This record gives sequence, structure tokens and C-alpha cells, in this order.
Amino acid sequence: MTQTLLKIDSLTKAYPGVVANSEVSFEIGEGEVHALLGENGAGKSTLVKMIYGLVKPDSGTMTLRGAPYAPPEPRAARGDGIAMVFQHFSLFDALNVAENIALGMENPPPMRDLAKRITQVSEAYGLPLDPSRIVGDLSAGERQRVEIIRCLLQDPKLLIMDEPTSVLTPQEVDILFQTLQKLSAEGTAILYISHKLEEIRTLCDRATILRLGKVVGACIPRDSTAREMAEMMVGGTLQIPTRERAELGEVALEIANLSAKSPSEFGTSLKDVSIRVRAGEVLGVGGVAGNGQDELLGVLSGEILSSPGAVRLKGKPVGKLGPTARRKLGLLTAPEERLGHAAAPDMSLTENALLTGSVREGLVSNGFLSWSKTRTFAEAIIKAFDVRTPGTENAARSLSGGNLQKFVIGREVLQRPEVLVVNQPTWGVDAAAAASIRQALLDLAQKGAAIICISQDLDELMEISDNFAALTEGRLSPPRSTQGLTVDQIGMMLGGAHGMEVAHDDAEKVLA
Amino acid sequence: MDFSSFNAALLIASLMVAATPVLLAAIGELVVERAGVLNLGVEGMMITGAICGFAVAVNTGSPMLGFVGAAAGSLVLSLLFALLTQLALANQVASGLSLTLFGLGLSSLIGQSYGGQKPPRAYRLDIPGISDIPFFGRAFLQHDMMVYVSLALVAGVWALLKYTRAGLILRAVGENHDAAHALGYKVITIRILAIAFGGACAGLGGAYLSLVRVPQWTDGMTAGAGWIALAIVVFASWKPWRALIGAYLFGGITVLQLNFQAAGVAVPVQLLSMSPYVITILVLVVISARSSGAGAAPASLGRLFHAGR
Repeated sequence: MTQTLLKIDSLTKAYPGVVANSEVSFEIGEGEVHALLGENGAGKSTLVKMIYGLVKPDSGTMTLRGAPYAPPEPRAARGDGIAMVFQHFSLFDALNVAENIALGMENPPPMRDLAKRITQVSEAYGLPLDPSRIVGDLSAGERQRVEIIRCLLQDPKLLIMDEPTSVLTPQEVDILFQTLQKLSAEGTAILYISHKLEEIRTLCDRATILRLGKVVGACIPRDSTAREMAEMMVGGTLQIPTRERAELGEVALEIANLSAKSPSEFGTSLKDVSIRVRAGEVLGVGGVAGNGQDELLGVLSGEILSSPGAVRLKGKPVGKLGPTARRKLGLLTAPEERLGHAAAPDMSLTENALLTGSVREGLVSNGFLSWSKTRTFAEAIIKAFDVRTPGTENAARSLSGGNLQKFVIGREVLQRPEVLVVNQPTWGVDAAAAASIRQALLDLAQKGAAIICISQDLDELMEISDNFAALTEGRLSPPRSTQGLTVDQIGMMLGGAHGMEVAHDDAEKVLA
Repeated sequence: MDFSSFNAALLIASLMVAATPVLLAAIGELVVERAGVLNLGVEGMMITGAICGFAVAVNTGSPMLGFVGAAAGSLVLSLLFALLTQLALANQVASGLSLTLFGLGLSSLIGQSYGGQKPPRAYRLDIPGISDIPFFGRAFLQHDMMVYVSLALVAGVWALLKYTRAGLILRAVGENHDAAHALGYKVITIRILAIAFGGACAGLGGAYLSLVRVPQWTDGMTAGAGWIALAIVVFASWKPWRALIGAYLFGGITVLQLNFQAAGVAVPVQLLSMSPYVITILVLVVISARSSGAGAAPASLGRLFHAGR
């Protein structure tokens, strides 16, 4: 191995009630691609925030190229050649690309020169970007390019990437990896945080695995299997969802040539979408978020109304019916955003159970609420889905993402839907909880419900769905059976990588 | 009716005088809101500035020191708001409203002994030969300094926001405080500075009322000018030059309706008195509805920022 770039020695950081990092130590070599693996809450984010100077460690030391390193603020970290691409993009929607990049630099050149450099570097690395565009109008992949180019312009020695591929199509991921490998070959070390194990196996030289704030192991990803790494992360054996494929029944839900305008200004309108799902079938709808996913869910749930015949539930026209009427008929939905859309953050679990369960579970009579019945229902969800919470009277906000997601999905599953639509059912959920949510969906299909699963996670869709359709720019591709479908074919269905090209050889010259 | 007393040059001149208090307060609040803070205490800061400026000017005999005192007094009051909302994380709407009530009470307490007094006259621009140019000189070049200061402030704020790094950082903080924090910008410090600037500007606007426009002290003399300044900021889509248009429109109609009243137009006085407020809001609504409109609001406006993990 080459020289050590950054050495981390027994870093500890505690927050009231939780130790985020405890005695974490590892080393990153120059030009090395180092993976940081772990479940949600394992302490990965806190660790990289300490390296980037956003959080101060309680104890422990860091050494950068042999010299003690303790950045008081991100500015100092950037000055020492450390750059970071954030998981939740740290971009300003109302500002243009050049302004966003200038904000991330210590001493930005005048805007005109900066714009020229952005164009040069972006073309050299195959990540074309127009510096004058407003960031709010960019796609997720383009926004990430802004972040990456912001880092590249500072000629970093260590590039930290927090879950960079969650919003990219497979082809975009390929190109990103080529860019990263090129950087690594030029001597830039990369600290790569992800829970996508196959990606880590193709990209990373070494991996450090965190669990509950502690380092629990290290491995060479190329020599390990994804399953081994997953089990190190979880600290036990992983249940992989199983199902028996059953005979499909009658058509349960049908959408015919539906076009719908998006209610939000930056949304994507649906264009001529047709869907047919049969009882017992799981239809996976893939695609990068922002391509009409929210609108598709809205059309199905009844938040966006259409002409009556455009949406049919078991042959019955329901296009003009609102969410409650559709729920009564057996069409249930679980939207993506847990805090705010799927659940009311400051209301208790009991109250949240009532909000969608009132019709089908008979929790309301003559306008009066039956709290005892509702509490029983909430307890049933908590028990059946292993939701970790002190009780039914806790606010939804107090639950961790995975637990709340189990509650949100469980609430719908227990209402015996005929058709269930879920959007991003396992987004931001740790592996064990994700597996149990997927299993619940499969069990439901087994019992004869039709399921539409909208997700960005292609592995998830391949695992649970019978048929796969891609949603891009508001258009839905014809469904294909997932048996025998390859990642490349899915990538083509998703429209490939828009406007991206492989890094040129002269990239180095531009940066020099 | 008698319109013979209407004089275009005089109308323009008094329009500028009538608009200046609102313009000063609006340009300060515009900076505050661009930094993502909603300070509804403009009215309270204006009236506090009015009495502070009046008291200092009367006691020292210098209108210049009066304006300095007004800015300082309102700045201190705005720091109270900053303390509540930025450090104690109190709700901005409630804090701003109580700041207005507090400012109204405080000003009438300080002002008890100042009723009926005359402040010293403010210095007026008088460039020999130029200020006497017919029409143009009378309309634009015979004002007191604060009129020109307010115009310079508009140009300065516009240039700062558009061309400088400091302005870019200020906008970034107002647009997405979490991202700005992640990039290492000191969100709270920047916002406190913006709030202080807004306070000082509101104070200047208030003092302009009590020292130049009226000029004397009466309780509650701002009479809603602070609220109009707030409305102008919103309907100007947070753009400095549009705030100038809004303020001058308001000033223009104020002056015009006063002239109508004097000329004895057969419209109830109450309707004429409310016309500047109604027409200003209507015109700005139309302007902002045609352009980007509410989409131009700073995305973090009024939201609490907590530098947690």
C-alpha cells in the first residue's frame, strides 16, 4: 500500500443519550478508495462530519500526512484538501450553478472565470454542466454533478462521498465510477459511504465496517461476498425475503392512457400512462425520483383526480373518487415522505393509525372517534411489524426512520387492501427492517392483493416484483417480466445516462 | 375644485419626502428577509427610531446626530429580536409582533416630555447654480441628505446582493440555511448582522418622519408605515429596485391624495386617506403576479435554524 494520508485514532463522539462514535480508528492511504459501511445510525455520518470539521470529537486524534489534524470548521478542512459530496445535497435551489460552486470554494475567482473553469472541468470529466442554469431546474443526477465539480475545482486530496449513487441510473453510476477511478489513479483518496454492497465490491480497495458507533471489522471488498459484508453490518444472519410465485388472478387495477398535470411547479406531469395489475401480482415501477413518481402515487391514491374511467378498480371507475372513497373500495396507498405525507409528525401513533384506518377498520361511528378501538389497531400494527417504540402514545416524529416506515407500511397492510401502492417503501431504512417490509409486501401479494411498488432501488424491485416498468419524464414503459431481466436492460429502459460521457484523458491537464 | 395650486416639481419633491421613511424601512427589511428572517417588528423599530432621533436631535441641536441616535436606538431594539429568535430560537412571527407592541409603548414612554417641541432643521442640499435649475433642481436637488442616503442604500443593497461574495453568502443563508451551515457559513452571525442592519434602517426611516417629514413628535406617528414597508418587500419580490418603485408609488399617492383633499375633491376624506395603501398593494400584487411572484421568496424565510448534528 502507498503512504497513509489520513489516520484516525480512537475518535469518540457522544450526544445526549447516544454514543455516535466510540473509539473509531482506521487509516486511508493516498489514492485509496476506502468504503465506510454500516446500517443507518451506525455513526457513519457523524464520523465524516468530524473529518470535515462540522462536528468536534469528544476525544481521539486525527493525523493528516503525519501532522495533527483537527479542523475547527469546514473552511479549515477544505483548506487542507478535504472535500465532501453530501448525501442530502447541500445546494441552493434559487441560485445558479456557478453561484452554488462559488459558495463551496474558499477563494473563488470572479464569476466569469469561474464559469469558464466549470465548463472546462465538467467536460474533461464527462459531466457536462451549464454554469448559468438555476439549480432548482436540474435533475438529481445533474445536481450531483454540481457537487462533484465543486469538489474537483478545489483539487482535493481526500474526497468524501456520502451515499452518492442513490439517485442515479445504472449508466450514470458507471460513469461516476469511472470518474472516481480516474481521480483515484491521479492520487486522490476517496472515502465512500454506501450500503450498496455490490457497488462497493466493484469500486473500493478496502472497507471499514461500523456498527452502533464501533468499528466491527474491516475487509477487502473484492475478496468478500456481499452477504458476508451485510452480515458484518447487521451483526447476525440476514433474512432474505422469499416467496412462492402464485397464479395471478383477475385484473385488480387498471389505468388507461392517463395524462395528468403535476400540481407542483417543479413536478413532472404524467404522459399517457397505462398500467394493469392483476391480483397477486407485484408490479415494480423503477426510475429516479422526480420523474413522475409522486404524481403517479397521487393519481392512484386519489390526491390527483382524473376522468372516472381512467382509473378502474376491479372494473369500477374510480378516477373521480377521493382518497377516502378509494380506501373504502380497497385501494390503499403508502406515500414516500414519512414525516409529513405518510404520517403527521407531531401526532401520536394512535392518531396516525386513525388517519388512514378510520374507514376500513370502523374506528369512527356517527362522527365520534373510538379511541379504544384505534389504540387496539395501533398496538396490532406495532406487534405485527415489530415497531420499536415505548408505546402507542409516542409522537410519530420520535421514531427512527426504519421503525416509522414499518409502522406506515404495516398500517396499510393490516387493513387488508385489494390493491396497495407503496412509494419508496424502504428508503433510508436499514437492511433488517427493509427485509421485513419486503417480506410483508410479498406475503400480502401471496394472499391475493395486487401491489404496485414505486422505488428507486433497483435491487429491491428485482427482488420482489413479478413485472418491471420504468417511469422516466412522466412516461411509463411497457412492463417486462423481471425473470431474466439484466441491469443493463433496466438501464436502457430508464433512458440511459442523459448527456453524460466518459472522462476524457485530458482531464488531468485541465485540473493542473 | 381648485387644481391651480398643483405644481409638478413640488409634487415630485414632496413625493420623494413622503416615500423616504417607507423606503428606508423597506430596504432594511429586504436585507433581513433575504437572510431568511421574518421580522414583523418594523413598525416598532420605526417608532422607536422616531423618538430616539427626535430626542437626540433636540438635546444636541444636531439633526445628523439625531439620525445616528435613531439608527442606534432601533439597532439595539432589533438586537432584542435577534436574541429572541436567533439565540433563544423563539418563533419569529410572535417575536416580531411583540417587538412592534413593545416599540410603540417604549416610544410613547420616552416621548412624554417631547410633545409640541420643534426639532432643529435638517441640512438641505444646495449646490449653487445646479440646485436652482428650473423644475429639475426643485424636484430632485433641494432635498435633505437622507433622501439621497436612502437612494444610495437601495443601489448599495442591490449591488451587494448581485455582485459581491458577501451578498451571495447572505442569499445562500436565506435560501437554505442547512446547506449554508454544512458548507461552514455562520448562519446565526450572518442573520444577526442582517437583523441589525434592518433595525438601523427602520430607525432612520422613523427619524425621517419625526425630524423632516412632520416634523414633530406625536404618539404613534408612524401610523402603519412599518407595515406598508413589510408589504412592499413581499410584493417587490425581494428585489431592491422594485421596493423603490413600491415606496415611491406609495409616497406619490400619499402626496396626491393630500393635494386632492386640499383642493376639495368631492370624495370622502377617509377614502382618499386609505388610497395610498390600497393602490400600492394592488399595483405591487399585479407586478408580482406577472413575474415570478411568490416563487421568489427566500426558501428559508421565517424558518427556525437549529445548528444540531
